[in-house]
Amino acid sequence: MLSAASEMSTPTGTPAGGPSGASGDVDEAIRAVPVRHPGRMVAGAVLVLLLVWLAITVAGNEEFDFGVIPDYLFDPVILDGVRLTLVLTVVSMAFGLVIGVVAAIGRLSDNPVLRWTAGAYIWLFRGTPVLVQLVFWFNIGIVFPTLGLTIPFTDVSLFSVESNSVVTPLNAAILGLGLNSGAYIAEIVRAGITSVGRGQVEAASALGLEPRRTMRRIVLPQAIPVAVPPLGNEFVSMLKYSALASVIAVQELLGSVETIYSVNLRTLELLVVASIWYLALTTLFSFLQSLLERRLGRGRSGIATVRARRGRAPRRVRKAVR
Amino acid sequence: MSTPTAPVPAVSARAIRKSYGNNEVLCGIDLEVDAGQVQVIVGPSGSGKSTFLRCINHLERIDSGRLYVEGDLVGYREHRGRLHELRPQEVARQRARTGMVFQHFNLFAHMTVTQNIVEAPRHLRGLTKRDAVELAHGLLQQVGLGDKANAYPAELSGGQQQRVAIARALAMEPRLMLFDEPTSALDPELVGDVLDVMRGLAEGGMTMVVVTHEMAFARDVGDALVVMADGQVIEQGPPRDVLANPATERAAKFLARVH
Repeated sequence: MLSAASEMSTPTGTPAGGPSGASGDVDEAIRAVPVRHPGRMVAGAVLVLLLVWLAITVAGNEEFDFGVIPDYLFDPVILDGVRLTLVLTVVSMAFGLVIGVVAAIGRLSDNPVLRWTAGAYIWLFRGTPVLVQLVFWFNIGIVFPTLGLTIPFTDVSLFSVESNSVVTPLNAAILGLGLNSGAYIAEIVRAGITSVGRGQVEAASALGLEPRRTMRRIVLPQAIPVAVPPLGNEFVSMLKYSALASVIAVQELLGSVETIYSVNLRTLELLVVASIWYLALTTLFSFLQSLLERRLGRGRSGIATVRARRGRAPRRVRKAVR
Repeated sequence: MSTPTAPVPAVSARAIRKSYGNNEVLCGIDLEVDAGQVQVIVGPSGSGKSTFLRCINHLERIDSGRLYVEGDLVGYREHRGRLHELRPQEVARQRARTGMVFQHFNLFAHMTVTQNIVEAPRHLRGLTKRDAVELAHGLLQQVGLGDKANAYPAELSGGQQQRVAIARALAMEPRLMLFDEPTSALDPELVGDVLDVMRGLAEGGMTMVVVTHEMAFARDVGDALVVMADGQVIEQGPPRDVLANPATERAAKFLARVH
């Protein structure tokens, strides 16, 4: 069609709007001149220059000894710190998960006292800095020199221990980090549960399934895939927040680095060592998280719509608050 | 119930009232559905027809009146002249005898078609896995979806999902089926398959209460047609009579619009 039209067109002119202007065959792939973006080129060039300058400045700084980094990367003290960071993160996270699930269910409960208590817990622990909470638990022995179990409203003591023997720095850190992340996890779990449509619960009820079974068989299996991505983020956050435990004398990664640089004064080099380890760990866990997410999503085209909206709201809410 | 010789109606509603805040959505509904009857409820949106249907299996609570399914009070127990709320397990047991089909199907998204169907009967009727799966496959044949046993709901069209939802409800061997606008969310070309399944059920003698806008279905399949408006029953009777000679002007207006 077009070639025929082109043949008909003559140099003397074609009707306005005619196809004579088209070049080449319509079946050919389009090879148009791209739009130029001079601004992008300039910005890119400036940025590259800046980065090169930064690299030269850092590399040329004689005060910064790169040689120290590989020397300490696998130092036994550092490795102990890495191990303790992992233990602290995993245990605090597990603690936080238990508390978080309980608090989430409390928030969704029909019992107003439960709902209010769970809400107050979340409000308190999300609304105060983790660092403050850590130091608070660390010093709890000052006001409660002994911990124990007494029958409420009586003086009958079932057992009692010295606070300082129980609230070790590590335990205080686990308590602080766990209680803090529990508040965030509660919101993640609650968002996961509420993301399962009312219709699913109604359909289960109409079939005659009891509330508990509906929760276990219908709601939770659909809530978990929604909650996993933000829970993974929570874990990675926990890895980093665990560094705060160094403030209350826990010899985790940052703490062990501090003990070394307080002696050799290679502060920045050793902080780079710590950062390399933190990056390695967060990268590793982000990778594991993506594997887990893929596994949860596999063969479940049924939750395609769930997948599309998974995790969005809670993550955004959480970031905004923290 | 009043006279021992009369058969117990499948559904008996007396002076049902329900409000959301100050908005009264059901203003004294009196209805009776006999066993084996197909009762079709129509009416403009907001007339309370879906709410009434959901009251029948206690998905919504009524504020006053009495609602009986097969002679049993729905959601309550009458003891020494007082009403006692049933416990959640008892409500669940009551609901298990009534099947319900929703406008938006509400299939369990994380389960295959077969899993959707076997979930309740395996647990509540104590069927073995084998028997339950066999039952599911039989029901899928009945609704024309024998080849979709292992599909996930998201892989099915709306019409197919609704037929699975019907099969899921039937797996509990209900004596009463409630349909809440079962074809309203479907593309027009998919409506017919669902209505065919419902027609088959009606011919098999199933007691059905159907909230719908499908007037042809109401006329051809319904034994009784109820027109609701503003939370009241404004007309009821044999579908052909109601459609041909509506007694009230309001009903006539509504029917003229949907016809």
